Amino acid sequence: MTQPSQTATPSPLASGSTKTGAFLEVRNLSVKFPTDDGVVSAVNGMDFTLERGQTLGIVGESGSGKSVTSQALMGLLKGTSAQVTGEALFQGKDLVTLPEAGMRQLRGRNIGMIFQDPLSALHPFYTVGHQIAEAYLVHNKASKKQARAAAVDMLGRVGIPSPDMRFDEYPHHFSGGMRQRAMIAMALICEPELLIADEPTTALDVTVQAQILDLMSELQQETNSALILITHDLGVVAEVCDDVLVMYGGQCVESGPVDEIFYDTRHPYTLGLLKSMPTLTTKSGRLNPIPGQPPSLLALPQGCIFSARCEYAALAGHGVCESQRPQFTSEDGHGTRCHLGLPQILSIRNPR
Amino acid sequence: MEQHAILQVENLQKHFPIKTGLFAPGGKRTVKAVDGVSFSLERGKTLGLVGESGCGKSTTGRMIARLMDPTGGRIVVDGVDISELRGRDLYHFRRKVQMIFQDPFASLNPRQSIGTAIAAPMVAQKVTPPGGLKNRVKELLEQVGLKAEHYNRFPHEFSGGQRQRVGIARAISLNPSVIVCDEPVSALDVSVQAQVVNLLQEIQQDTGVSYIFIAHDLSVVRHISDQVAVMYLGKMVEQGSRDELFANPRHPYTQALLSAVPLPDPRQARAQEKIRLRGDLPSPANPPSGCVFRTRCPLFSTLGEEQRQLCIGDVPAPAVAGSPACHHTTLASPLAAGVQ
Repeated sequence: MTQPSQTATPSPLASGSTKTGAFLEVRNLSVKFPTDDGVVSAVNGMDFTLERGQTLGIVGESGSGKSVTSQALMGLLKGTSAQVTGEALFQGKDLVTLPEAGMRQLRGRNIGMIFQDPLSALHPFYTVGHQIAEAYLVHNKASKKQARAAAVDMLGRVGIPSPDMRFDEYPHHFSGGMRQRAMIAMALICEPELLIADEPTTALDVTVQAQILDLMSELQQETNSALILITHDLGVVAEVCDDVLVMYGGQCVESGPVDEIFYDTRHPYTLGLLKSMPTLTTKSGRLNPIPGQPPSLLALPQGCIFSARCEYAALAGHGVCESQRPQFTSEDGHGTRCHLGLPQILSIRNPR
Repeated sequence: MEQHAILQVENLQKHFPIKTGLFAPGGKRTVKAVDGVSFSLERGKTLGLVGESGCGKSTTGRMIARLMDPTGGRIVVDGVDISELRGRDLYHFRRKVQMIFQDPFASLNPRQSIGTAIAAPMVAQKVTPPGGLKNRVKELLEQVGLKAEHYNRFPHEFSGGQRQRVGIARAISLNPSVIVCDEPVSALDVSVQAQVVNLLQEIQQDTGVSYIFIAHDLSVVRHISDQVAVMYLGKMVEQGSRDELFANPRHPYTQALLSAVPLPDPRQARAQEKIRLRGDLPSPANPPSGCVFRTRCPLFSTLGEEQRQLCIGDVPAPAVAGSPACHHTTLASPLAAGVQ
């Protein structure tokens, strides 16, 4: 009786797993916001894949579209004026077209999210424990008692001392680092397979940041989940990520394994970012900033989005950088969006 | 100390009373936001002031600019103790020390044109520059990398980096001897941050101004500073020359702070041994007895009973150059001792 019905209506999960092998596959994702001043093109054709157990770092400056990408993946732009196009296949479901009801099933259960500012992401009116247990109650058939036990256990796992007592405290009783731990506990209570962390440590001090990054890596290894870490800090990326995706003006300009991004940089923007940062080890002198400002997302340039600030745009010749948008070309998992050929990039990079 | 020291701070203190009401008896309690901080800054040099949030670095900066009155201690600018100046003397002192604030969005009046904002300190101090106020403002605009025609624009027309340039133009308008920069680049993107850091260094070379550079980003501090001072919970824990302090940090807190900075270099990040501090900053209203760092100190657990009692009972002497505020700096560093 049950067997034929199963074959007759294959679950979307089963059909999805045959269609694609990747755990998360994003294809040509674009997000546009119509405003009074015109259309803001926040994300312009993002492609990437992610496997379980991996950490993908998305880096970029403010306005590069990293947070909007994550919001689109979480379905947080549904019901707003935003126009999201493209595909984001997660376990065979397209997160872009999935209706809100289906999204609610995934959110918290299969996809967890950690926000930048834990004080505004936690409700001041409810106890921390209540908010963590709520996520558990929504997705599990459990009694309040069981939910409390699970939440207390989770608070302990994220390193909050005396979790049983802390359960009944309010967010304002917690310090910044503790609140971020509570946020992580909330995101992980249902052990989601995909975790999106949007600037999880930006509001924290370095010593606490180090604790939180360690904690996230540990928990990720424990649960073998996939992690998307959104940050503007290349140091954080270097410490925790396996793969890196560099964003500029809503596009991915370079992506690849972390070592290749840092030691075999292929895009002038990534190169510029790395050169403009003072580090704890470099010799001092003048810093090498990238000249100019990021482009306005209201009127993106016709050609390469970075061309206006690119020192090497002339090298490609014939004004091709100003007139043509370069394609994203990828070789052995290391891709870049630039008109310059590899020999030219090498000659730019090596004098440094 | 030295004759060319433009700024000397001695045993500076700022205590805030905590209001205790009817239902919270317990007498007068205070938060010691800054407690016994001393340092000196030479002309044309930069002192980096680092520490976690709540360590008192901004309060120290604000007292130097006399935006706050110190509870105790001395602040000597150019040979004059300014900690107790009042009225007319204070007014005249103001042109010597200026400030650049962290948030370029909040520190400019949205209804005031850029020109008016930059001219404000000169108007307030009744300074008439040769060639007129307007020309001087245009000069300043060009000096900080903006254009003279920006004079009549309003803050919302500028990006974060440009607004910070306006803040810098305003701070240098009176040719101050000292500028207190309170997290001047923290709100900026990496590529723009480098532009502003370069500008600050150029201005220092041209005018010989001294900076107090307050920041939590240690790599920027290392880049710009000559001297570095590390604060923890209102106390100065270590200070020294930039190269000495970064190459050979001696206070366990400084060591932990440096090792917590994520390195933008994956191979090095993987290879580096790390000291991890446990827990959070204790409440400044109720700091630990003795050494304020002992509750998080990685060295503490390795100490013998007698040495621990020293940490618990005795407050270490405040840090001066070359001598950190620690009872046990002669011991091996926690890294060498294998403390994780």
